[in-house]
This record gives sequence, C-alpha cells and structure tokens, in this order.
Amino acid sequence: MAEPHNTMQDDQPLLIAEHLGKNYGRLTACRDVSFALYPGEVLAIVGESGSGKSTLLQLLSAQLAPSAGHVSYRMRDGVLRDLAALGEAERRFLFRTDWGYVHQDPAQGLRMAVSAGANVGERLMAVGWNHYGRIRDSASSWLERVEIDTARIDDAPRTYSGGMRQRLQIARNLVTEPRLVFMDEPTGGLDVSVQARLLDLMRNLVSELGLAAIVVTHDLAVARLLSHRVMVMKGGRVIETGLTDQVLDDPREPYTQLLVSSILPA
Amino acid sequence: MNAPAYNFAYLDEQTKRMIRRAILKAIAIPGYQVPFASREMPMPYGWGTGGVQVTAAILGPDDVLKVIDQGSDDTTNAISIRKFFGKTAGVATTTATADATVIQTRHRIPEAPLHAGQVLVYQVPIPEPLRFLEPRETETRRMHALGEYGLMHVKLYEDIARFGHIATSYAYPVKVNARYVMDPSPTPKFDNPKMDNCPALQLFGAGREKRIYAIPPHTDVVSLDFEDHPFTRYRFDAPCALCGAGDSYLDEIVTDDKGGRMFVCSDTDYCESRQQAGHRGSESAAPHKERAHG
Repeated sequence: MAEPHNTMQDDQPLLIAEHLGKNYGRLTACRDVSFALYPGEVLAIVGESGSGKSTLLQLLSAQLAPSAGHVSYRMRDGVLRDLAALGEAERRFLFRTDWGYVHQDPAQGLRMAVSAGANVGERLMAVGWNHYGRIRDSASSWLERVEIDTARIDDAPRTYSGGMRQRLQIARNLVTEPRLVFMDEPTGGLDVSVQARLLDLMRNLVSELGLAAIVVTHDLAVARLLSHRVMVMKGGRVIETGLTDQVLDDPREPYTQLLVSSILPA
Repeated sequence: MNAPAYNFAYLDEQTKRMIRRAILKAIAIPGYQVPFASREMPMPYGWGTGGVQVTAAILGPDDVLKVIDQGSDDTTNAISIRKFFGKTAGVATTTATADATVIQTRHRIPEAPLHAGQVLVYQVPIPEPLRFLEPRETETRRMHALGEYGLMHVKLYEDIARFGHIATSYAYPVKVNARYVMDPSPTPKFDNPKMDNCPALQLFGAGREKRIYAIPPHTDVVSLDFEDHPFTRYRFDAPCALCGAGDSYLDEIVTDDKGGRMFVCSDTDYCESRQQAGHRGSESAAPHKERAHG
C-alpha cells in the first residue's frame, strides 16, 4: 500500500501482544505470538483455514482469555493497560467506543430487524447521546461516507444487499471514531466487483481517519491492498512477518511461497 | 378439629417466605428483577399468576383487597381473583381505591391518588424491557448489571423514524432511582407519571417469567425519551361520556356498526364515584330511566 500514515510517527505502540497462546485442551490453536501495532498502522494476518487467525483475533480483541501471554492496549488517556486486567464494564465500553469489530457475516455485527439509522446510531446512544435529530444527522452523514443512499436510512439491513450490509457494518463501527478496528474476513462472501468497491472504501476510510486495523484474511489481495504489514500464520504460529510488499513479493518461508504462488493469475 | 382446606391465602407458609424474601430484595434494589421460584397457581399463565403470588405473600387478615383489570373492578379476571382471596384468605374486599390496603392490578394505575400504606401489585407478562431487541437472557442481565441502556433508546429511535413520534403507548420503559431500566408492565404511558415519587409501595410479579421487582415509596421514576422528543402522556381528547371527567384515562367503546363510539373512564371506581357525586357526561342515563330499561 501507499506510504505509511503520518500518525505512524507516534512512537508509542497502540497495542502490544506478548507471547500470546491459546490451547483448547491438548489442541494448540495459537502459540507464542508477539507484535506491536502502532497508531494508524494496518496489519494483515494471513494463513489458511485452521491456522489460528480467528483465534488470534479473538485473543487480541479480548473476546477470549489467552492461555499464555498478554495483550496491552494504550487507552485514550495514553496509559498502557493489560486487557486481562480490565473490568468487564471497561472492556465492553472500549469495545463500543475506541474499537470496532467488523464481522465476516454482517448479520452478526448488525441488528437486522432495526433500521440502518438506528444501527449506526446505537453506539452513539450507548455513550449517552440523547438528541434524536443529532443522532440521525450523524447516522445519515455516515451512510453517505460509506456510499449508502440516505433515502434508505429507515430500511432494515435485511432489505440490503450483501455489499451494502458490509458497508453499513463499517459505518456502525466507525461512528464513535474508534482508533482500532478488527476485521474478520471483511470481504468474504462478496462477489469480486463488490469486494473491489468495499476495499477501496475501507482503504480511504482507514487513511482519512488514521485508523489502526488488524485484518484477518485468507485473501492475499486484500492484504496487499489494505495493509502495511503482514503476518503469515501456520499451525498456530507466526512463521513470517514483514512489510506487505516485501512478504508478498519476496516470500522467505516455503509456506508463504506456496500461499503466494497459489493466487490465480488475473 | 377441622383442618382448613387451604392455608391462609392459598400458598403455604414456606412459599410465602420465599416470595417475601424476593420482595424484600426487590425493594432494596429498586427496579432490579429478582428471580423467584414461581409456583403453579390455579389459573393459567397470563391471567396474573405473578401478581396473585405477590398478593398472597403480602396479604394479612386485616387487609382490604381491591382487584382491577384494565381499570375495571367488574371484569372476569378481577372478579375471580377477588373471590379467590375472599375464599382462601377471608379478607375484606372493596372496589373503592381509597379504602383498599392492597390493590392488585392489570394494566392500570387507579386515577385516585394512592396514599402511604397502600400496596399496588402489578401483574406482569414480560418483565424484561430489553427483550424484544436482545433475545439472550444472559446478555440482558449483563446489560442491566453494567447499566448499558443504549439499546432502549434504539427502540425509541425506531419509533420516531417510523412514525414521527414515540409511538410506544404502553409498557413504556422507565428508569428507576437513576439506575435500572424497568418495564412498568403493559400500563398505558398515561400512567407512567403516577409511578414517580408515589407514596404507595409498588410491587411487580411475573409468574411465567419468575421475576419480582419493586418501586419503593417516594422513588424517582423517569420515563425515557429524547431531548428533542420528550415524553408525553396520551389520552383521547374527549371527556368521559358517563361522568364528564376531563383528566382520566379513557376506554373507547364501539356502540354500533355505523362508526358510533363513546369514551368512558377506564377506572370504573373513579367514574362511579364521580357519578355519585353528581357529575354527568353526555351519555349518562338518569338513574330511574336505567332501572326502567333493566
């Protein structure tokens, strides 16, 4: 991707993972993962199914408790906090203000039966916005930003197409201006032209807002378009990490070479 | 010596003890839904099994009981519950709001102001105000625990987006004592302001859902709203056709198949006592005429 965003100059990492591991009984889903994510940086986690990508994402976003290691996050007040030490109230507050989480299946991240406007406005109401007009204005300006016709603000997302749902989910997450967004296969299940449009949109939003993002994907094209850095996972371990162009153009590990060479030529 | 067929007020003493404990806890944490071991009652769920259990647990021999259903003292449900306690507890019953010490109600708060020492027992079908937006009980409990009530405003937002105003007209969510959001049972929102700072104790029983909650006397009860769409009461814009009252909650009664209708007080006791005091509405018959027809 393009030059790193200027907030990369912030020398304090936003999120630090140290020797993260997760076991399910004797099964090791993820082991010894360490990295630091800086503000404005987009990190892609790639690997095939079952390589531990999704488990890692859940560990990083404090939805799962790690079996080993810990994750720390720099709060808005600049203090680095261990996520495991946060109370549940703080964690949930973080989750709906400073973080976003984009699910692969929009039905998981949206309330399918309530209108698009309310879906976007929910986070605002959750942090105490109490003025209908302002909530609605904010919702409609976000719909515009994700290229959804504002005339459809009162329609429920179940009447939306797959691509629109995904864009709505992004709007819903970004309305509180989070600093970090987790994305789990954000383009999965969309057709190619819709994928391209969504990727374009996400790329613009990420650079406009200076978002840091952790994107889990099995699609190397998504990683190449969105991310600054790539982590390649296999069997729960990180086997290769580096700048996106470097990893994808000049893979070092045999497994990464295999992944890169399995892309169908366009 | 003849053993009585039923214990006083139907329920056995251990059950009453269990229910009273739940009630005490509910009073200590206003608006919090306390789980309790709801019993089978000799009536179907939805007919007030929760309210009946609460009433049975608090009733004493000196109490005077009033039962209303949609404000009325003389509908099937009200009459049978009143008779039930008349038979199983032998307590005095009344229809006069002011004379009652315990009032069990479905869907209304009496028009006459309640006073200290009275207990209002509500029958509650669905105690969870967040239920229709969040189906998971584990999640709604957590939301209550953490005071995450953004979702409640999502419901009101949807109303305004769809109808242009907050169209929720009953079971209108309230915040109790600036902490818990509570479903005031399906009372019309007209009655919501009566809950605020009420001198009587208000108890809520949900039999099927096995929850008891309470508003202690003189507790703040605030109806949720938006700054630019404040809470408003709703009542039909008409006086009562029988007693002429301009301030009571009205029922609409269809009188023929040509669009004829009349509005009368939903609170029968209020309406009758006003008529006895000489107030007349547009449709009220003179007493002797009524007799001649009957």
